[in-house]
Amino acid sequence: MIRSLGLLLTASLWGITGWAATEPYAYPFDDTFVATVVGTPEEDRATFDIHVPTKRDSLTVFKDREVPDFLFYDAKLRYSYALQKKSAPLVFLIAGTGGAYNGGHISAQAKAFYHAGFHVVSLSSPTVPNFIVAASKTSVTGHAVHDAEDLYRVMELIQAKLLKKTKITDYFLTGYSLGGFNAAFVAWLDEQRRVFNFRRVLLINPPVRLYSSISLLDRMLENIPGGVDNFPAYYNNIVTAFGKLYVRAERLDFSEDFLYQVYEALQPKDEELASLIGLSFRFSSAHLAFASDVMTNYGYVKPKNVRFSRGTDPGNYRRVVFRLGFTDYFHDYFYPYYKSIDPSLDRHQMVEEMSLTHIEDFLRNADNIYVMHNHNDLILETGEIDFFPRVFGERAKIYPTGGHLGNMEYRDNVEHMVNVFKSAVSGQAL
Amino acid sequence: MPRTALYLLLASLLLMTGCSTAQKQQGDTIEDAFFTPEHILAGDVTEYQDQEVYDPWQGFNRTMYRFNYHFDKYVFLPAVIAYFKITPDPVERGIHNFFRNIQDLTTLYNSILQLSFEKTMNTTTRLLVNSTIGLLGFLDIASDVPRSDEDFGQTLGHWGVAPGPYLVLPVLGPSSVRDGIGQGVDWLYYNEVRRRTTNMEAWQETGMDLLKAIDLRAHVKFLYYETNSPFEYELVRMLYSTKRELDVER
Repeated sequence: MIRSLGLLLTASLWGITGWAATEPYAYPFDDTFVATVVGTPEEDRATFDIHVPTKRDSLTVFKDREVPDFLFYDAKLRYSYALQKKSAPLVFLIAGTGGAYNGGHISAQAKAFYHAGFHVVSLSSPTVPNFIVAASKTSVTGHAVHDAEDLYRVMELIQAKLLKKTKITDYFLTGYSLGGFNAAFVAWLDEQRRVFNFRRVLLINPPVRLYSSISLLDRMLENIPGGVDNFPAYYNNIVTAFGKLYVRAERLDFSEDFLYQVYEALQPKDEELASLIGLSFRFSSAHLAFASDVMTNYGYVKPKNVRFSRGTDPGNYRRVVFRLGFTDYFHDYFYPYYKSIDPSLDRHQMVEEMSLTHIEDFLRNADNIYVMHNHNDLILETGEIDFFPRVFGERAKIYPTGGHLGNMEYRDNVEHMVNVFKSAVSGQAL
Repeated sequence: MPRTALYLLLASLLLMTGCSTAQKQQGDTIEDAFFTPEHILAGDVTEYQDQEVYDPWQGFNRTMYRFNYHFDKYVFLPAVIAYFKITPDPVERGIHNFFRNIQDLTTLYNSILQLSFEKTMNTTTRLLVNSTIGLLGFLDIASDVPRSDEDFGQTLGHWGVAPGPYLVLPVLGPSSVRDGIGQGVDWLYYNEVRRRTTNMEAWQETGMDLLKAIDLRAHVKFLYYETNSPFEYELVRMLYSTKRELDVER
């Protein structure tokens, strides 16, 4: 009671009257860890009784790119799209860390927007190996500006392909988690390049300062019983537990939604949930760092004079890379890599540039950029959430609960998400 | 004709298995990467390796894994997509039920061999009801009766036979020596039953086998190299082995 009163107060201080004035927000989980892992139970999800005619496609982004044999299957960037029968506005969707174009969250988004009459294009996160191999110019991803440029290039290529098939009246852009962060920088880039002139852009649960968020996520693995040194045994327990779920699982992918099934079967405690979240992101960071290392031959975990063929056993290099987090990647690969290209770079300065605060003025004045976020999102440092109401004002919608993306498929959230774009088309107030 | 194709397939597989899994090294010594196994894993390495799936034929297996990816991409999936296009949904469901009903025959003999009274009773009930009122299995009338999937690999496991080395079979995918033998025995059994109960010509049997393969693939929700992991081979190996252990326990 006191807690909800506090939230109510905070909300009105922020000038967000939306949820406070109408019905109370009824997303079922108050705990940020439970919300983040469990997401939205089936019965509370937005449902759309339609068939989305999703088409999978792939494209060659760089014609002269040499892809190492070991990663031969990722030479072309895979994505999907669904087109309306007649001319319509188009939404570009960008997945979050480690999320591919066909993951759970992004497919749910695609369905909601398709149902509302939009063409949709689903893109993998620049942190996914396929993107690193096929579409990242440097193959060292996680850089706010370079990732945005890479995404922009891909979006232009896809636009050209789709314009041969259909008419597009307007462009919209959204992304969740790191994809929301990416979307902000893509919008910033579009301000200069003006290819898309996005009608509206929606950032869903983005980080503010990337380094804060990756530090928080790396630390989640400290919740492993026995500490990180016990990672092999723990990892094995998790894989075994996941194996039990796999028996019933309908599909297999390593994005946020694999955690849902794990939770249901094991009913873990908060620390265990935190370590699971950490593990899920560890998969992402290990896959990212390894694919990148093989691409650039930088010598992060794979020695420079060792080459992998198609069938090489990554052996101990795999074990090493699972011991390393995002912050290791940042300090011992990402930063030195870019420093070698631009010696004037400064570590501290680079950390601050990988942040929404770096484009704060742009975001404040861009009246077409909206935000949806949660007050208890665990990828934000204490107080970081205030950035959004401060900079975006009325364009920020902050929910009291939901953790990190937990409420993304909750019916109220989906309704709001769709309305942010629909109201721009129909001209009605949000 | 199918037999020739089979020989060609096997020959090309044998040719491919010469590939090595070893990393290629330039110079006499391996340079240190920024993070080395010694630096990170001191003391833990052996423990880690003990928990790995036994995979002495990795070269063959990895080659087969890639072969299966290509086979899936250029043969299996196009066939499945074409099949979905030309058959109406209710027909697809009927055909799927029909093959599941036949699969229940395999489950039945294995449930008996495992001396599992419950599984035997359930499977017998399903078979009797679905083969008669369910019109040869096209309708799963007995869907309320719990269905289990028992194969000869599980039966061997049930009586204490260890899986042995991990094995990736052409087209069929992840397996082990034990489960591979199991698949062979189940296949012989299936053919023997079919030979004794029907009067099919060779081409009819081949057609039925192809349809069965397509139906099977259509219901496995897995796409090669779509797990977003550069370690997919290891991941699938681990998950397959864990899954089979659990299947045996169940």
